[in-house]
Amino acid sequence: MTARIKSIAFNTFREAVRDRVLYNLIVFALLMVASSVLFGQISIGIERLILVNLGLTAISVFGIVIAIFIGIGLVSKEIEKRTLYTVLARPVRRWEFIVGKFFGLTGTLVVNAFFMAVGFFLALLVVVHRFETRDGWLLVALYFIVLQFVIITAVTLFFSTFSSPLLSAVFTLAIVVIGTFAEDLRAFAAMMHGVPRWIAMAAAHVVPNFASLNVISTVAHGNGVAGSLIGLNTLYAVLYAGAAIAGAIIIFERRNLK
Amino acid sequence: MKPRRRITVIFGTMLLLCISGAAFLLAPLDRVRARTTEEEALYIPSAAVLKKASLGYTGLMADIYWTRAVQYYGRRHVDGMATYPLLYQLLDISTTLDPQLLVAYQFGSIFLSQKSPSGAGQPDKAAQLVERGIAANPSDWTLYYNLGFIYYDMGAYREASEVFLRGSQVPNANPALHVLAATTAEKGGNPETARLLWTKIYETSSAESVRKNALQHLIALKIDEEVPTLERLVRKFRESTGRTPSNFEEMVAAGWLTDVPVDPTGQIYRLLPDGRVELQSPEKKPYVHFGLPGGPSEPQTDTAP
Repeated sequence: MTARIKSIAFNTFREAVRDRVLYNLIVFALLMVASSVLFGQISIGIERLILVNLGLTAISVFGIVIAIFIGIGLVSKEIEKRTLYTVLARPVRRWEFIVGKFFGLTGTLVVNAFFMAVGFFLALLVVVHRFETRDGWLLVALYFIVLQFVIITAVTLFFSTFSSPLLSAVFTLAIVVIGTFAEDLRAFAAMMHGVPRWIAMAAAHVVPNFASLNVISTVAHGNGVAGSLIGLNTLYAVLYAGAAIAGAIIIFERRNLK
Repeated sequence: MKPRRRITVIFGTMLLLCISGAAFLLAPLDRVRARTTEEEALYIPSAAVLKKASLGYTGLMADIYWTRAVQYYGRRHVDGMATYPLLYQLLDISTTLDPQLLVAYQFGSIFLSQKSPSGAGQPDKAAQLVERGIAANPSDWTLYYNLGFIYYDMGAYREASEVFLRGSQVPNANPALHVLAATTAEKGGNPETARLLWTKIYETSSAESVRKNALQHLIALKIDEEVPTLERLVRKFRESTGRTPSNFEEMVAAGWLTDVPVDPTGQIYRLLPDGRVELQSPEKKPYVHFGLPGGPSEPQTDTAP
C-alpha cells in the first residue's frame, strides 16, 4: 500500500516538474534580486520590512497558484488522457490514487517553497548583511505557508474529483478568499440571531481558517509567534486536509468512470 | 460488507471526525490569535494606503474594519480592560474607506467619548471623527446631534449649542435640535438639559447598547438628584429631633417620608449612621456621583429641602 502511494506521489511530482512548474523559481529569484537592490537604494529604514513582506507574500501566492492550477487537473487530466484506467487496472485502489496525488502535489509545493525560501534568505542576507535571532521567526511563517499549501491542495483535490478543471479553480479560489477572512466571517456570524446565526456559524466553521496561518506581518516586524499557535495550526491543517481528502475519496470511490 | 461500502464508512467517519476536530480547534485558535490580531492592526500604515490596497472594494473593507472595531471594543470591554488604544485607528480606517458609513461615526464616537472603563475617554478624538463625518455627510442631522452631545459632555456648551444650531438648519432635521441649541446655550451644565439630551438619545436610537447606556445615564441623573435631597431631609430631621434616624422606616413612621425610598432600579437606599445615604450595588450604576461608598455627600451649603 505504502509503495503504491509512494510511486503515485513520485510520478505526480515528476509530472509537475516536467510541466515546467519550477520555472516560477526563476521569476521569484528575479523578483528577490530586483527588490533587494531597488529598495536598498530608494527607501530608508524599511528595506528589511519590505523584503520580508514581499518575499513571504510571493512564496505564498506562487504556491497557492501552483496548488490550484496543478491540483485542478490531477484527476480530470488522468481521465481525459485515459491514463487513470491504466493505473486503476493495476492493483491500485481509488483511495490510494487520491492519497498519492495529494502527497505528490504537496511534495512539489514543499520543494518549490524550499528553493524560494533559499532565494529569499539569500536576498535578505544581501540587505541586512548578517542574520539576527529574530530572523528565526521567518521559518515559522514559512512553515505556516506550507500548512496553507497542504490545506489548499486537499481542497483543490476535493473539487477536482467531481467538477471540471475551470469550476474547480473558481471554487478553490473562492474558498481561499473566504478563508482569508474566516475570522471576520465568524465575527459577522456571532452578531446575528436565531436560525441565520446557526447557518452562518456552520458556514464559518466549515470554510478553512487561513487567517491564523498568516503571520507575515508579525514576523516582518521581528515579533515572535506563540508556541501554542504553531501547535494548533499544525493540528488544524492536518485535520482540515484529512477531512477534504476523506471527502474526495468518498466522491471518487462512487464516481462512475465508464 | 462490500469493499466500496467499507471505504465509504471508513472515510465518512474520518471526514466527520476531522471536520469536527478542525471546527473545535477554531475557538482555541481565536483565543491565541486575539492578541495577535490586535497587534496586527498596528502594522497598518494608514487608512489611505489601505484604501488603495483594497482595489476599489472599499465598501466591503470598510464593513470588515467596522466589524473589527466593534469586536475590538466589545472584547476589551468584556475582558474588563479600561483602555482602547487602537479604537480610533480602526474607526479612522473604516470611515476613510467608506465616508458614508454613518454607524461608524454615530456609535464609534460614543465608544470613543465615554469615560473609561465604558469607553476610550477620548472626546476630542470623537469630536474629530464626527466632524469628518459631517464634512462627508453634511445633510445628515444626526451627526450634528452626536457632535453637539460630545461637546456638551466635554463642558463646551457654547460649541455644543452652535453645532445643534447648525444641525437644525439641515433640511428635515429633527425640530428638537432648535430646543437643544437654545437650552444648551442658556443652561449648559444643568441636569435638566442633560436629562433632555439622554432622553432624546434613548427615544431615537435603535441600537440596544446605546439605549442601555442612555438609560444608565438617566438613572445616574435621577440618583444624583435623589441622594442629596434625602441627605438634606435627614439633616433637617436631625435638626428637628436632635438625633440621626437609624433607618428610613423611622422617618416614614414619623411622617417625614411617605415610603421607604428606592433608587430608579428599585433598590432601597441605605441610611448610614453619619446621615449619609448610600446606594446598593453601585458597581451596576456607572456615572453616579452621589451615594457611592466613601463618595461625596451633598453640599452642606445648600439648604433648600
